[in-house]
Amino acid sequence: MIDWRWDFTLEILPRLAIATGQTLLAALLGYAIALVLGLLLAVARRTPWRAANAAIRELVEMVRSTPLVLQVFFVFYVGPQFGIRLSPWTAGMIAIGVHYASYLAEVYRGAIDSVPKGQWEAAKSLNIGPWRTWTGIVLPQAVSPAVPGLGNYAVGILKDTPILSVIGVAELMHTANAIGAESYRYLEPFTLVGLIFLLLSLPAAAAARFIERRVRARLGVIS
Amino acid sequence: MSYAEFLVEHAPRFADGVVVTAQQAVLAAVLATAIALVAGLLRLAPVAPLRWLAGTYVELLRGTSLLVQLYWIFFVLPLLGVSLDKFTAGYVAVGMNLGAYGAELVRGAVLAVPRGQWEAALALNLSPTRRMVRIILPQAVAIGLPAWGNLMIELLKGTALVSLIAVADLMFVAKQINGSTFLSAQAFGTALVLYYVMARFVLTPAIRMLERTLARRMGRVA
Repeated sequence: MIDWRWDFTLEILPRLAIATGQTLLAALLGYAIALVLGLLLAVARRTPWRAANAAIRELVEMVRSTPLVLQVFFVFYVGPQFGIRLSPWTAGMIAIGVHYASYLAEVYRGAIDSVPKGQWEAAKSLNIGPWRTWTGIVLPQAVSPAVPGLGNYAVGILKDTPILSVIGVAELMHTANAIGAESYRYLEPFTLVGLIFLLLSLPAAAAARFIERRVRARLGVIS
Repeated sequence: MSYAEFLVEHAPRFADGVVVTAQQAVLAAVLATAIALVAGLLRLAPVAPLRWLAGTYVELLRGTSLLVQLYWIFFVLPLLGVSLDKFTAGYVAVGMNLGAYGAELVRGAVLAVPRGQWEAALALNLSPTRRMVRIILPQAVAIGLPAWGNLMIELLKGTALVSLIAVADLMFVAKQINGSTFLSAQAFGTALVLYYVMARFVLTPAIRMLERTLARRMGRVA
């Protein structure tokens, strides 16, 4: 009943291997953008200006609660309307980077909130400036509680990269679609893509758990 | 063309899209919740093969991505003799995927019910079924509800992917309007706002209400 062709499988494997590299690259770049932008957003919610804080919060909430695939289309198509042409890669990285930045902003926020209030007050009473309070006192203590969330979303962004195929980023899903369109065979490419994702995300999840334990051990947190 | 004119002209189509998205979300939510309950409880079953079965399901669906599963169900499953129309394939894929995430949530919520409750039920000689249905599950529901609410928002967002197999949901409508008018900011922007309204001003308040009702019935002051 199942008409699986091994010769065809071997034929398409090299293409899928290259596409796997693209998928990993997209996930890494997107995650790097999200790590930095997310932190900026989390810190921007704690400025002395209440209206600005509320605006940032609502913006993050809006990005978080709307579909990534819609945001990908939005970034890709709205630029040209105003004369800005973005390549699929650029548009894709902006969209997925901003989307995950909104998730990571929440992770950072939770971690920052978990730093005891006394730490802020002590820094203030010692006349330590805002920059050193953040970088020397608050953020180092926020690392450990942030790690589990950061790990989960690292695996999450990997599994969301297939969405970038809709604007033509040549990652795994896009390549599998192209193979299917050329050969009229969908069984092998789509099944292989599923297997490759399984092979990528299970070790990634295990690695995230390992790093979580290591960070806790290094910081002397007993868990 | 002003934005108001754009809205007036395309409002009926956006409305159709919202209805299809809502249908997909409700059907997927029912399926996901059912799968989550069954798989989540099976992961705690006393029989090891049942635990493995549920564990495999959860790892398999969480380890691959929703879009891959959707395409697989729509393009590959027919080759194996199971043909689903696109509307069904859409909510089945979303429901099965989110059900796997929900299973972990059910497992966590059941395990979070205080040990004393299990022991008290045992001491009163309640049957395992009765203990689960009358004592443990109602408390687990109260514990897991906020996380379930977040899952439902993820699910709503997940339904946007069904547009890629040509289900005429809100995302699909936005893409079509973009294709015919080239007014990308208006078409996609309107869809973004509509998804946001559904998530933040319909779904979130509904779940909050559910949480409050449940808290009252459990005799806790919320």
